[in-house]
Amino acid sequence: MDINQKYTPQSWPDHPETATLEGKNKFVGFWLLLAAETVTFASLFATYLALKDKGPSGMEFSAAGLFELPLVFAMTMILLTSSLTSVYAMHHMKNYNFKAMQAWLAITVLLGLTFLGLEIYEFNHYVHIGFGYTNSAFSSAFFTLVGTHGAHVLFGLSWFIALMLRNAKRGLNMYNAPKFYLASLYWHFIDVVWVFIFTVVYLMGVIG
Amino acid sequence: MSSIAQKKGFGATIWDFMTTVDHKKIAILYLMSGGFFFLVGGIEAMLIRIQLVKAGNDFLSAGTFNEVITMHGTTMIFLASMPILLAFMNAVMPLQIGARDVAFPFLNSLGFWLFFFGGIFLNLSWFMGGAPDAGWTNYASLALASEGHGIDFYTLGLTISGFGTLIAGINFLVTIINMRAPGMTYMRMPLFTWTTFVASALILLAFPPLTVGLFFMVFDRLFGASFFAVEMGGNTIIWEHLFWIFGHPEVYILILPAFGIFSEIFAIFSRKRLFGYTALVFATILIGFYGFMVWAHHMFTVGLGPTANAVFALATMIIAVPTGIKIFNWLLTIWGGNISFSVPMIYAVAFIPTFVAGGVTGVMQAIAPLDYQLHDSYFIVAHFHYVIVGGVVLAILAGTHLYWPKMFGTMLSEKLGKWTFWFFFLGFHLTFFIQHFLGLMGMPRRVYTFGADQGWDLFNAISSSGAILMATGVIILLVNVVMTIVKNERIGNDPWGDGRTLEWAIPSPPPFYNFAQTPLVRGLDTYWIEKMDGNKKGMIFAEPLGDIHMPNGSIIPFVISLGMFIASFGALYFMDGKPWALAVLIGGLTLMFASMLVRSLKDDLGFHITKAELLEDAKGGNTDGH
Repeated sequence: MDINQKYTPQSWPDHPETATLEGKNKFVGFWLLLAAETVTFASLFATYLALKDKGPSGMEFSAAGLFELPLVFAMTMILLTSSLTSVYAMHHMKNYNFKAMQAWLAITVLLGLTFLGLEIYEFNHYVHIGFGYTNSAFSSAFFTLVGTHGAHVLFGLSWFIALMLRNAKRGLNMYNAPKFYLASLYWHFIDVVWVFIFTVVYLMGVIG
Repeated sequence: MSSIAQKKGFGATIWDFMTTVDHKKIAILYLMSGGFFFLVGGIEAMLIRIQLVKAGNDFLSAGTFNEVITMHGTTMIFLASMPILLAFMNAVMPLQIGARDVAFPFLNSLGFWLFFFGGIFLNLSWFMGGAPDAGWTNYASLALASEGHGIDFYTLGLTISGFGTLIAGINFLVTIINMRAPGMTYMRMPLFTWTTFVASALILLAFPPLTVGLFFMVFDRLFGASFFAVEMGGNTIIWEHLFWIFGHPEVYILILPAFGIFSEIFAIFSRKRLFGYTALVFATILIGFYGFMVWAHHMFTVGLGPTANAVFALATMIIAVPTGIKIFNWLLTIWGGNISFSVPMIYAVAFIPTFVAGGVTGVMQAIAPLDYQLHDSYFIVAHFHYVIVGGVVLAILAGTHLYWPKMFGTMLSEKLGKWTFWFFFLGFHLTFFIQHFLGLMGMPRRVYTFGADQGWDLFNAISSSGAILMATGVIILLVNVVMTIVKNERIGNDPWGDGRTLEWAIPSPPPFYNFAQTPLVRGLDTYWIEKMDGNKKGMIFAEPLGDIHMPNGSIIPFVISLGMFIASFGALYFMDGKPWALAVLIGGLTLMFASMLVRSLKDDLGFHITKAELLEDAKGGNTDGH
């Protein structure tokens, strides 16, 4: 792999993320990491379901009374859209169009930051009305599940930003193409987890 | 490696090992630190047996005894058995599949240093206010009530080392999926590679639940969460589930590579192809699959209800079937073979009856109603020592003798090896066989003493005397190691004379790039096939001699692990309200993330060994590379 090799959209491979052995290794390894992440979140979900609405006797909070869908729905739409924009970014990556890729990634990052801001607002609201981390088993399980997802969003955003800044001047090559691809794969995974959080925590929570 | 390497200064050698990404050197690191922790855990075992040698003994206080049993179990499982098996996987598996290195050499190093710092962190508890004392299973109801920081050392230490193990698992999986030499199809992979593969898959899926459970425990104890605090709506059984969803596959993470080592030994020293290779492979996969479906058999007495108990009892009995298939395959491999009773083979032959005994008591416990009688008694202690020591530790000792020449280029003494075997093997049965009966007589596990009127004196004294024999065996092994290193008699590619797989076709120890030319694999037992065809080179090649791409060494894995290590102290003292604790926590995490960022942003393209250098090497020049 020669990092200085210049490509044209014609000579750029169809799947640059798996065109080198390093890329292939990263590709398989990252999917395996996502399997481990899936088990991690499965454990968190199971714990949340076991501890939902559980607290000290006389606890005033319950999922049905606490969660409000409009804000969470907006967050869901924003995150889903960011997944779509990252797909566009990867489309341009595969077409060797670096500028378009960077632009779509920037949009993805902005959407992700908006999501994160709304989540911080939401958490702040809960803490404000007394539903803090140490309030009950329910609050511990809720904040740990949703907060772990939020930490993943933060990590994904940092990853995107680091990659965009690092490669801003030199453009795409066979060394960084797999990195962009994996960051976007990670972003999709975060999105899928959120779909489950929206369903299991918020929708099922509001239903009661 | 070569004479040039040995002339390096001491500091340079240390630096070399701190920055190495070579799987063979990382294997040596794993073996040395795993061996060290094995001795620590062994000393703890001796303390337990000294305390229990007679009724009403006051050698250890009750509290210290709790710390010693906790650290004995935790150390032996997480810091001794697994790392030593990871040492063999690192040393041998890439060679067996004809690869020049693992898929992620950098992560390989990171995995080691995380394990190492996690182990050191856990053991520092002895010197910093007391070790964990809630048993290696660390059940929440006990652990939340434990005073001091022992439990926090346990949770944070195992979190760090658990990340290391997870990374190692992913690395081995990708290595086996992507890095096999041409012709090395899945069904031509040596059994040790297969068991590494399945054990790595188990690591991948089993360690996350443990990490989640450990995080819950950290949050509960240090940051005021209440996952397990019943008065706050928490549920202590969640810990038990998460722990055993990890804990039972963990048993197979340990025993499958042990099975792999024995499979290699049976074939080599019977000078026969493994009987039923395909059945062995599928039994391995089946064990890995069922391994995730039996965790609640550790919790029969919790009260999950008769339906849950029946389902898990049945699943547990089913898992004995593929294990039985393996036993018969090994027996039929020996059958009619041209057997040579070298030290590894003696261990392998002794392993079969020992492990079968452990398996049979396991099936007894699978019968849920009987388990109500056996639960938390010395019968359980006897059972799991029969499978872990009789399976895993015998494999580790056998593997040490088998692979020592490949890792270091010298042979351990056969004579001393046999002494070690007999002391250890007889001592083991003397120690643990009688514990079955202690259990049936009612002696509970984890008690620090017993009364003279309970009738357990004699059997406990016999058990303790067996422990002395085991310790003698280990000491002889250490003497053997030192003598072998001092004598330094170099050996050739295939010191056992009957090697069947690719690792025996290359020099001992191999050059740092393993294979100057990638081999072409023509069937199971590649090297054996070439030997039978009269191929003096031991393999045929899939490529002409050319430049080889190799990864650069790096200190970053060490620094990342150090960052986590420092951050853990911050988290640990956060609860005490120490003003500097938060700063240490943030400082450690900053160091960790900053070094990860450096790794991500700084290009690391590796380097090339040129064809000229390879030719020079073949003539006996510098094989150390740098």
